[in-house]
Amino acid sequence: MTAAKENFLVGIFDDEDVLLEAVGNIRDKGVKIKEVYSPFPVHGLDEELGYTRSRLPIAAFLFGMTGTILALSTQIWMLGFDWPMIIGGKNNYSIPPFIPVTFEFTVLLSAFGMVITFLIVSDMKPYKWPRQYDIRSTDDKHVMAIDLGANKTSKEEIRAILKENGATEVNEKSF
Amino acid sequence: MHAESVLRETLVTGGKTVHDVSHDISRQVEGAPTRLWWMAFGVSLAFLTYGAYCCGYMLWNGIGVWGLNKTVGWAWDITNFVWWVGIGHAGTLISAILLLFRQRWRMSINRAAEAMTIFAVICALSFPAFHMGRLWLGFYWALPLPNAFGSLWVNFNSPLLWDVFAISTYFSVSLLFWYMGLIPDFAVIRDRAVRAGATTRANIYNALSFGWDGAAKTWSRYESVALILAGLSTPLVLSVHTIVSMDFATSVVPGWHTTIFPPYFVAGAIFSGFAMVLTLLLITRKVFHLEDYITIYHVELMNIVIIITGSIVGIAYITEFFIAWYGQVPAEQYAFINRATGPYWWAYWSMMTCNVISPQLFWFKRLRTNLVATFVISIIVNIGMWFERFVIIVTSLHRDYLPSSWTMFHPTMYDIGEYLFTFGIFFTAFLLFAKFFPVINMAEVKSIVKATSEKKKSTTGAH
Repeated sequence: MTAAKENFLVGIFDDEDVLLEAVGNIRDKGVKIKEVYSPFPVHGLDEELGYTRSRLPIAAFLFGMTGTILALSTQIWMLGFDWPMIIGGKNNYSIPPFIPVTFEFTVLLSAFGMVITFLIVSDMKPYKWPRQYDIRSTDDKHVMAIDLGANKTSKEEIRAILKENGATEVNEKSF
Repeated sequence: MHAESVLRETLVTGGKTVHDVSHDISRQVEGAPTRLWWMAFGVSLAFLTYGAYCCGYMLWNGIGVWGLNKTVGWAWDITNFVWWVGIGHAGTLISAILLLFRQRWRMSINRAAEAMTIFAVICALSFPAFHMGRLWLGFYWALPLPNAFGSLWVNFNSPLLWDVFAISTYFSVSLLFWYMGLIPDFAVIRDRAVRAGATTRANIYNALSFGWDGAAKTWSRYESVALILAGLSTPLVLSVHTIVSMDFATSVVPGWHTTIFPPYFVAGAIFSGFAMVLTLLLITRKVFHLEDYITIYHVELMNIVIIITGSIVGIAYITEFFIAWYGQVPAEQYAFINRATGPYWWAYWSMMTCNVISPQLFWFKRLRTNLVATFVISIIVNIGMWFERFVIIVTSLHRDYLPSSWTMFHPTMYDIGEYLFTFGIFFTAFLLFAKFFPVINMAEVKSIVKATSEKKKSTTGAH
């Protein structure tokens, strides 16, 4: 990105409960929060920020179903049609002995499919450095980033609102 | 808001803050290894080298160098395989099943337990792989790959093939689950390295963390991934040992041909796994000074799991005996009488003493909160669980249908060497993990520090 600089106001919070309340209050005042960065998952933060529930479980289900169908049909085709063998005088194929492999393959595709989807939608790659508003966000601080370009409220006003709602520090950051 | 019962035991002691968690856990990764670590690493490498020699000799000459004979065609290899797979089960139980049950005490121990799972499964996999004789053809034989014989496919009706899929899926999914948990913690080490000016370390750990940013949106997705992975791993772990038990249960060998095997094996797996988790964690806790994170309370809870699973295993042993009598099949009755009173009586009674009697000592609170007693019993349980598999496998086989083929099994140095090899792999891998990866899940522990640390409790008093 070589476009004009983006300017942010970065509010630092020490406590997750203060943060949770602050997010609600700040959004009520019409200030748009770009994102909040936390060292650990804060329960209820996604709702406060107005995020919808992740659809990753749907992806997991679809990958799982793919696994089920693929494993079952492959086994039936291989032992039943492509190269039928008589083993112990039994049917060429029957469903019950195919269930273990089908189950394992379902789990395998579902797990890997979901994690790969997660990495793609979150844009996570080994060679990518994330944009860091404050490096302490992985240690012990909750970091709230507010994009000044996307807000009509003035910088000073936002700063005051952040302070009012328990931010221990308010810094400016440009990228 | 956090509301925590004042009656509940604290999970993190010593009045730790969130920053202390980052510092205490990352410290081991950042500093040079201690002399104790080097000594342990040297011993592990010695085991690994000796074991590698034995494995190499075996691969060159074939599995005839093992002590197997025509009657006892399965012995230490499958005993060790089942033993290691069983040990692995505790890691998944702690990380997946306890996550679904919202047990917060899992948070300090899940990382190390999952690492143990992964290394134990690698050790387990080596046995069937070596037993195939020609290791380099293993993939070709075990997987349904197109080939020049038809294609002649693998037999999907065989529990041994189910095992191939079960164990490899279990390994892959456990590795994935473990790695997902590590991602935010790698980012902690990365950012500490940035602040300390260690560029190389920062770049390595950033790559390991996939450029983790810790955004609320990412955390939200991350949590749903963790929940689904836990949901998938729970039936997976139960299926794995069920399928392992079917290697025996679907045969017609007296002593193996029993329907009780799946639940009995799963309970035994969790039992031995928790014992190994305790053995490892009691050492890790001491060496890395993690007494505030892995508390006596954690040890006590794990000992309670040992009592429960140990009792289930004990009941299973008695049930097997009862059913052998009740079923009135002479071969089956003989197999069980022979186990307890035949030439392998010592193995049977070692198993009974270690697995049935020793965990019952944990009914005494003084013993289950005593670290020395816990450490000793955890090792006794693992010895007992090794004997359990040995008893099931060797005593059932050594008295064949034809009395003329009756024989005993004697391990050679290559049987022993390969067992030592897996100890070498296991401890070398665990020590490397303990040096380079955070041994406690920092992100999860941080989320409970506020609610459970003693300092907070004393300042806020009763809620």
